[in-house]
Amino acid sequence: MERREFLKKCIMVVAGASVPLSALRLIDPEKVLAANPDIQWAFLVDTNKCVGCGFCVKACKTENDIPFDAHVSRTWVERYVYTKDDKRYVDSPDAALYGFTESRIDLGRGEFKEIDPDNVGKAFFVPKLCNHCSSPACTQVCPVGATYKTDDGVVLVDRKWCIGCGYCIMACPYAARFFHPVYHVADKCTFCYHRLSKGLDSACVNACPFGARKMGNIHDKNDPITKIIMNERVGVLKDEFGTKPQAFYIGLAQEVR
Amino acid sequence: MKSHVWRPLYVVIAFVVALLVFRFFYVPNDFGSGKRGFMYSFHRKSNEMEWKNQPAKYGTSGRERMHEYCSACHGEIVKLRSEKLHGIIPCEDCHGPAMNHPENPEKLNIDRSRDLCLRCHTDLPYTTSERKRIPGIDPKTHNTGLECVKCHNPHNPSLEGMK
Amino acid sequence: MVGQIAQHAMEVHGEAWTIKELFTLPNEYIYWSIQIVMYPLMTGLVAGAFVLSSLYHVFGVDKLKEIARFSLVFSFALLPVAMMPLMLHLQQPFRGINVLMTPHFTSAISAFGIVFLTYASIVATEIWLVYRKYFVQTAQGLMAMKNRGFVDSFRMMIFQALTLGAWDISHEAVEKDHKACKIMAGLGIPVACFLHGYAGFIFGSVKANALWMTPLMPVIFICSAVVSGVALCILTYVVVQEIRKYMAKSKMSRWAKDASAPDAEELEASKHAEVMISSNYLLYFMIAAMTLEILDLIFRGYTQVKSWDILREVIMERDFVKIFVLQYAIGNVLPFIMMILPGRTVRRTTIATVLVLFGVFMMRYNVVIGGQAFSLSFAGFMDYHLPIIPHNFETFKEGLFGALTVAVTPFVLFYFINMFIPAFLKEDSTH
Repeated sequence: MERREFLKKCIMVVAGASVPLSALRLIDPEKVLAANPDIQWAFLVDTNKCVGCGFCVKACKTENDIPFDAHVSRTWVERYVYTKDDKRYVDSPDAALYGFTESRIDLGRGEFKEIDPDNVGKAFFVPKLCNHCSSPACTQVCPVGATYKTDDGVVLVDRKWCIGCGYCIMACPYAARFFHPVYHVADKCTFCYHRLSKGLDSACVNACPFGARKMGNIHDKNDPITKIIMNERVGVLKDEFGTKPQAFYIGLAQEVR
Repeated sequence: MKSHVWRPLYVVIAFVVALLVFRFFYVPNDFGSGKRGFMYSFHRKSNEMEWKNQPAKYGTSGRERMHEYCSACHGEIVKLRSEKLHGIIPCEDCHGPAMNHPENPEKLNIDRSRDLCLRCHTDLPYTTSERKRIPGIDPKTHNTGLECVKCHNPHNPSLEGMK
Repeated sequence: MVGQIAQHAMEVHGEAWTIKELFTLPNEYIYWSIQIVMYPLMTGLVAGAFVLSSLYHVFGVDKLKEIARFSLVFSFALLPVAMMPLMLHLQQPFRGINVLMTPHFTSAISAFGIVFLTYASIVATEIWLVYRKYFVQTAQGLMAMKNRGFVDSFRMMIFQALTLGAWDISHEAVEKDHKACKIMAGLGIPVACFLHGYAGFIFGSVKANALWMTPLMPVIFICSAVVSGVALCILTYVVVQEIRKYMAKSKMSRWAKDASAPDAEELEASKHAEVMISSNYLLYFMIAAMTLEILDLIFRGYTQVKSWDILREVIMERDFVKIFVLQYAIGNVLPFIMMILPGRTVRRTTIATVLVLFGVFMMRYNVVIGGQAFSLSFAGFMDYHLPIIPHNFETFKEGLFGALTVAVTPFVLFYFINMFIPAFLKEDSTH
């Protein structure tokens, strides 16, 4: 074989080998659409505005039929109190279903801690709920496909298919899931999917008098909530788990986990 | 494959076939992966509609659409509420969920309890929190045993307008 | 709090046995309780028993012949029990079949049905190959019987079915069985390890749980599985042999009519040899298991990542007795010393195996319950109180009696399986 021809063939082989590599990386139209569908729900919590009234928890439990006397909740409010002598106290009595009507801190086991008002440094309230993560760990680990993320970004549980193994509850880094005391399947915040699809606000957003909770379509650039998420300094909870939470927080403190 | 040692394999194959036949009838037709792929959206598709079709209980009286739902009939009382004070509280927070209330105007379950008011008006010593901007009382000493609405007008709670 | 909880009509799953302390998130409870402790314990025993039986079949450790056959049958009795704790734990046990119907393979649990059934068919096949000759002989014997009663007719039908229509017991045919058996045993070892290793993966891959999440978890689980499986086989083997010795001495059942049955001395001699060799393997795997567990602990203490503060409090303070006294000292170090000291006897080894089994149980307990002993907030703790007197079905099945049911079932099953697949046979019937 002549040298010239050899080189020519070499080039052909190299070119031939490299072209299919890029050509084979097929663009799956469904995946592209999933990356940018019309609606993508996101939540925005402004912790600065929360006063710990717990109307959101009350509304959530009422709207979604979670019994009041069951010690679980789809959403809850946490109270953080830092004393001037650098102690930190956190509690969420009854998931803040009845708000925070006492200054003493619930330590569990029926014990309480009264804090001297003069010793209180900073104190604030943080509402929490399912983060409807982009890469939900709970959904990944469901052995039967009973929990899933909808096209518009809401993580739901199929009550007729869930076997109640509890793996999703274990996998959630936010403790957003629990066993429903009546249906005995995994249960969690649905962003009030039934309300969203009727054009209504979710129950907790609706109930909050102070505007601490808001929801928006993060794929709509003109959505006021999207604008806040895009333009202001917002954080998410526990990003180290790589779940990409879709509940964004304004005024997050390092101790809030 | 003539050897007898393969017989357990036939039993296993028969078992697998039986399982697959059973699966064919057992698994709903709409079970499959959605747009987010197998990892995040492997589910029974009709379940989405099941969730969507759940009945709503609260109307929309929330902050975002300030009481539009209630003012259609109760315009007077909605107007009475001063925007600065209790005007920010959605009607349904105290009056209860009112989704079918216009069609079926049975009495709503109004929460007049002290505990409801104390959610915001218990004095907590949190100077850095918005909570401190709300007037607060000590529930253990402030007219114990009395409902707040005996003296305060919940729709217009300014102290001048006290009953 | 406990008293209050019991009065509530709306008791949430986990509330009956969880006591919360300091700041725990509202939905946090010990959702995976005693049955999930039993689950890896039982799968571990299955896997370990099978590995012991394979030592003879694959590697040709001839001295283990008798205990190997025994372990094989025993691991078959343990098999259904590996599934039992899961069924007792599920909130919707009747939907358990969904795992096979719509397996979601990104979940570590989804493989359970498939791996479990694969493993079950391997064990069943191996047993069939080992016992085919016995099945054929028994069936032929029963068929030759003139006046069969109801019981014998029933037995005949069972044995006829068990032969799967393969009646050839010529020397060549049995040789084929032997060869196939070796292949199945060889295939079985990786599947057994996979069955249990992935039980470890179920825990090790939970990224939300600071105690569980380590890639060592599957390996630790496999090693402790073999330890517990071998220990249980030795223990049961010794107990069964003692019973047989007693029966041989007092000329009961088979010893009354069968002159060729082994006498008490023969039984004692074979028992001694088999126990000594198996306990050597027990020691090797104990060293591996302990090394890995200690390595994991040291690594956590040395790297001191965010979760270490709370883990240290759980490991070094709250669960100190459970981990260092019950698990490591009584369950690992003590039996280890008992077995390596010179002049080892069967009795001492047997006592050591009881301690080893206890140690492995405590290890499962400390992993499963210990992993849920602290809050995801890293600011609170949860205490587990095993329900003893049940006040409803849930506290029964996820309580002491549920766990005991699971623990007792393999022995009951073994008794029945032994009727058709006798673990102890005369030499010429099997290989």
